[in-house]
Amino acid sequence: MNPDAVFVAVLVAAALAVTLGVALGWAASLIEPDADSLVERIDALLPQTQCGQCRYPGCRPYAAAIASGAAEIDRCPPGGDATVRALAALLDRSPRPLDPAFGAPKPAQVAWIDEEKCIGCARCLPACPVDAIVGAPRQMHTVITAQCTGCELCLPPCPVDCIELRPVPAVSLRYRQPRAA
Amino acid sequence: MRFDTSPAPHVIAGYTVPRVMFQVLFALLPAGIAHVVLFGPGLLLQLSVASVTALLAEAAALRWRGRDAAPALRDGSVLVTASLLAFSIPPLLPWWLGALGTALAVLLGKHVFGGLGQNPFNPAMVGYAILLVSFPAEMTRWPVPMDVGGTHTWPELARMSFAGFYGADLTERWDGYTGATALDSIRNGLGMRYTLPELLGRGDIAGAFGVRGFAWINLAALAGGLYLMTRRIVRWHIPLAVLGGLLVPSFIAHGLDSGIALGPTLQAFSGATMLTAFFIATDPVSAATSDRGRLWYGAGIGLIAWIIRTWGGYPDGFAFAVLLMNLAVPFIDRYTVPRIYGRQP
Amino acid sequence: MAARSTFPAGLVLDAHKQQACGTPIVDLPLPRQVALALDQGSGYGAEPVVAVGAAVAMGTLVARTDYPFASALHSPLAGTVVAIETRAAAVEGGRSVCIVIESNGSDRIDDSIRPVADPDSLSPEQLTQRLRDAGIAGLGGAGFPTATKLASARDRGAQTLLLNGAECEPWICCDDALMRSAADDVVRGALILRRAAGAVRCVIAIEDDKPAAIAAMTGAIERQRDAALKVVVVPAVYPQGAERQLITTVTGVEVPADGLPADAGVICQNVATAAAVARWATRGEPILSRVVTVTGSGVAHPCNIRAPIGTALATLVAAAGGYRGTPLRLIAGGNMTGRALASDEAGLTKAMNCVLVATRDDIGSRLGAVELPCIRCGDCSNVCPAGLLPQQLYRAALADAHDALRQLGVRDCIDCGLCDYVCPSQIPLTDRFRDARRRLNAAEATAQKAADARERHELRTRRLQETATAEQQAFESVRNRARQPGDDAAGGKS
Repeated sequence: MNPDAVFVAVLVAAALAVTLGVALGWAASLIEPDADSLVERIDALLPQTQCGQCRYPGCRPYAAAIASGAAEIDRCPPGGDATVRALAALLDRSPRPLDPAFGAPKPAQVAWIDEEKCIGCARCLPACPVDAIVGAPRQMHTVITAQCTGCELCLPPCPVDCIELRPVPAVSLRYRQPRAA
Repeated sequence: MRFDTSPAPHVIAGYTVPRVMFQVLFALLPAGIAHVVLFGPGLLLQLSVASVTALLAEAAALRWRGRDAAPALRDGSVLVTASLLAFSIPPLLPWWLGALGTALAVLLGKHVFGGLGQNPFNPAMVGYAILLVSFPAEMTRWPVPMDVGGTHTWPELARMSFAGFYGADLTERWDGYTGATALDSIRNGLGMRYTLPELLGRGDIAGAFGVRGFAWINLAALAGGLYLMTRRIVRWHIPLAVLGGLLVPSFIAHGLDSGIALGPTLQAFSGATMLTAFFIATDPVSAATSDRGRLWYGAGIGLIAWIIRTWGGYPDGFAFAVLLMNLAVPFIDRYTVPRIYGRQP
Repeated sequence: MAARSTFPAGLVLDAHKQQACGTPIVDLPLPRQVALALDQGSGYGAEPVVAVGAAVAMGTLVARTDYPFASALHSPLAGTVVAIETRAAAVEGGRSVCIVIESNGSDRIDDSIRPVADPDSLSPEQLTQRLRDAGIAGLGGAGFPTATKLASARDRGAQTLLLNGAECEPWICCDDALMRSAADDVVRGALILRRAAGAVRCVIAIEDDKPAAIAAMTGAIERQRDAALKVVVVPAVYPQGAERQLITTVTGVEVPADGLPADAGVICQNVATAAAVARWATRGEPILSRVVTVTGSGVAHPCNIRAPIGTALATLVAAAGGYRGTPLRLIAGGNMTGRALASDEAGLTKAMNCVLVATRDDIGSRLGAVELPCIRCGDCSNVCPAGLLPQQLYRAALADAHDALRQLGVRDCIDCGLCDYVCPSQIPLTDRFRDARRRLNAAEATAQKAADARERHELRTRRLQETATAEQQAFESVRNRARQPGDDAAGGKS
């Protein structure tokens, strides 16, 4: 065989490899999945209870952990199986059951403060991840039901156990029950 | 006074799936009579074996799937599948092939996809296509019909049908009585460089409307189809589109070269044209959804059938045309969603 | 003038109208008691302004509201408020808070009820406010406050007032009876509504199966000699009387899916509402009564009755000769969209145009229905007046696929029930769609709440960080200041 031909072939192959490699690298940089946008998309599927049951300080940190591969998608009891399925679809993985180590799913709930028992210690205020408790020291506290995510983070700090979680009233749609005066 | 409650609407028209299915069976009656008169009682034999097999296969499939079999057996849909298949296969087919085709139609064509309403393909055509590619010789051997030749009598046709049904070898004693269909003969003749007028001049092909036997069956199927349209079970979109898709190109081709291209009349009244246009392509489960989609779907079937008849390897292409367009249904549906009231197109 | 239907499809149904329409409207004697539901059918309630024990006269305001979707309530009786409590009512959910008033037998009229001296001298805005105070609401079935519609029509510059006299739903014929007996009232009310809406034209649409009503209305219009007032005869096709569909038939214009009729230049009002406006103008009377069709195979003498709002349905049925045979359903409305009620103690509402007492003869087809799998026959999409594909929507509803539901238009469904009616597999499609819509709304509310929670959490995190940074800076500046003298000392040494 003509050594020149071999040389030319090797040269052409090498040139092709280099050119295509550069082109591919350039193309990849164009369509590279933006890590931040992936976190955003994962975060959008999480229920935003900010409860920390996944052992991350909120939904977005957990989303970042999922995106980086540091955490599995089975750690979110408030989202339940529906969230796991949505995450699995987004990340193209197979859905898996929730990991019971992180708690069991519960129906939607909101915190409610027994205003008779509340001593106005204000310890629950900083615990709330969404600022849904209104109050001040020595003033009675109350929960803004519409904002409460039911994360239960206000329970441990309360010294008198005056906070309880109640099931969310059925979503009222068009119909609004009239109230007696 | 207390009352039970239930959601509106509180009245329905009371149309039922079984009623739709039995109307379809009723509309097949004229074509069936023509078939039996022309080709002997073979159709009845095939119909009975197909119906029994279909019911058994349906019951077995439902049992395997853990469903209650009774309502599904009563809905009549499986009988329609069996009848359409029985009409499509030659009346001389050995019974086990008819049974095999029907079982495959019900099991592979319908139940592997989840039963009634879930099948992407027309079950009868699935069964027919499998038989056609697996047993090409048996599937193209038809009796010479009564309206040409005149060399044999109906009792002879009957004896031959029974012989064929039990699987006797038809090549020796019955050789003169069996043969290819008109479309098959024309196709072979054209292959041997005869011209169309020459072929039609030969007595063994031409009958009424230019094709032996099948012309009358097509005419009867057309009558049954028009009945279904008057009962609003079939709407005009699919039949018209199928016929348009087949006849418009054949009209043009015939105009360009009448020596080899079959004219629209010949196309319309030969092979499975009318049966497909009114009974097979109109199976709603495997057809497109919207009116506009159904026009595309039907036209595609007609056009593909014309292409197969003209250039393809099979004399009649409707089974494959239907299956191919079944495949295209999700695509058609995606692009033919009707405009919702009050929304921009 | 006649118009062709131009909305997508529809269907001619058995009308069943002759049963109740043969006789003149019956005036019901004042009942002993009425129960006024705070929600009169629009889905929103007014607030009571009377207490238990209060004495009221006919026309006394008993519940008021600032809410645009609720309407004020007035006592149809002179007597005493005996209870304000949750009771059976002809509204969604089957129960509502009701003001129960017992008659003292007198027919004393509240002092506030005076004929409107000259409605033509009032500005459209003043007219609208007066109609709101009079509790005028859509008597065609929706119970939507007329004033709210008028105001939005003015804002959007609607030029045409469309009076809906189509009355397309089977069994119902109260509008037909009203147009035949009080055509001049309807026209008088129409002229007031036209002014209040700022519209220039008024078109009265009537289905072609009501020749007597067409003749009566045409005669009344001729007496008015108003060129911008006319009757349009529309085909008797269900659901011709649905607002959007009727607008399209009459004007040829479609109402945008995400818009209001006023965006198509039209405000639609029921003929009965117009007649109520005329009563308000001539007598100053708020809505105290309405004409209701009491019919069905389960009543002895079907007829149209003018009855006070709040009259128990049992009283209405008694006035129509009482129950007959085996009544299986008590339906507020017609057989296609009406709501089946659990009790005949519920009171008549402003929105209730029909009380249908159905026996097996009337609803047997539905009771005996056996659901089979969908065979994609497409009959449903052939009749859908909203141009939907119910068979696709059904699959999306079963899968709870929210994007598909939105895209296929589950919210464009008008609940007419025709897809159910024609479905050979007898699938309760309409109810499935209602259910899917409820779940879609709930899911969207949850998503919205999650988005809010996320925003609040992010704001809080940022605030905590800023606080921490500020504290750090404050700490450092204090520390730096504390160190400053030492440094100076050190400098001094050097």
